[in-house]
Amino acid sequence: MTSENGSSADADELHGVFRALADPTRRYLLDLLFARDGRTLTELESELPEMSRFGVMKHLKVLEKAGLVVTQRSGREKLHFLNPVPIRLIHDRWIDKYTERRVTALSDLKKQLEDPQ
Amino acid sequence: MTTTATTTQVYRVYVKAQADKIWQALTDPEWTNRYGYTGYAHYDLKPGGKYEVEANAEFKAAAEAQGFPCPDIVVDGEVLEADPPHKLVTTWRLLMDPGIQAEGFSRITYEIKPLPDGSACSLTVTHDDLEGMPLTAAMVAGAGEESGAGGGHAWILSDLKSLLETGSPLAGTGTAAN
Repeated sequence: MTSENGSSADADELHGVFRALADPTRRYLLDLLFARDGRTLTELESELPEMSRFGVMKHLKVLEKAGLVVTQRSGREKLHFLNPVPIRLIHDRWIDKYTERRVTALSDLKKQLEDPQ
Repeated sequence: MTTTATTTQVYRVYVKAQADKIWQALTDPEWTNRYGYTGYAHYDLKPGGKYEVEANAEFKAAAEAQGFPCPDIVVDGEVLEADPPHKLVTTWRLLMDPGIQAEGFSRITYEIKPLPDGSACSLTVTHDDLEGMPLTAAMVAGAGEESGAGGGHAWILSDLKSLLETGSPLAGTGTAAN
């Protein structure tokens, strides 16, 4: 089935991505990096005042393992970057092929219902 | 630090292929013409060597049909470091749009690392030196995809992975028909 769709990102590989995305704190961390990429742990931690440093680290670890966050050293600092490729693979594997029109229709509908003029 | 943050983009994909195969897909013109934006990449693989990407006929025709005059050479740059099959660093400038071209050269680093178990390699693309280059940064991040400008590095890597693992690029991208 995987190869029939032309994309090779198989279920095993994407399992960790779906799991990582299932948690609202982790999605929030990705949103923070989307707004401004390449942040340190300390910077990310300051956006989550109700969470311990250890808790933030744990979530970042899960994101890193899923490939959604990539870290790079810059001098003494470790910077966290959002890696959009796994989400792209999900898009290409699950959405592009047979549901794009429907998804667009649904997101248009959602927009209209939530923002009635 | 803020400067680094806004002027560096990092992309990583895991590909079930040997490092030399991935290196070939990045540096052999016959391979680079088969995925992503297509085009024949020519690298003189030594520091100071020339780097350019030559558009294929189909790409040129498609661009011109959309009203963009397309030059023969669509990307140029210089090789800064070449360590096959592990690391390739070049400067990079897109020559298809006057606004983007005027922003000048940024830098792209490809790093290929085999996983300890040998089952796959990670391929990491770092695009940096993007200071004061908002148009280039947006383009390579795929911001223009809706208007037909392609999905940037993430799209290229997804397509490259598909090509190396299944033998064909993703449907509807590239010039698979060639």
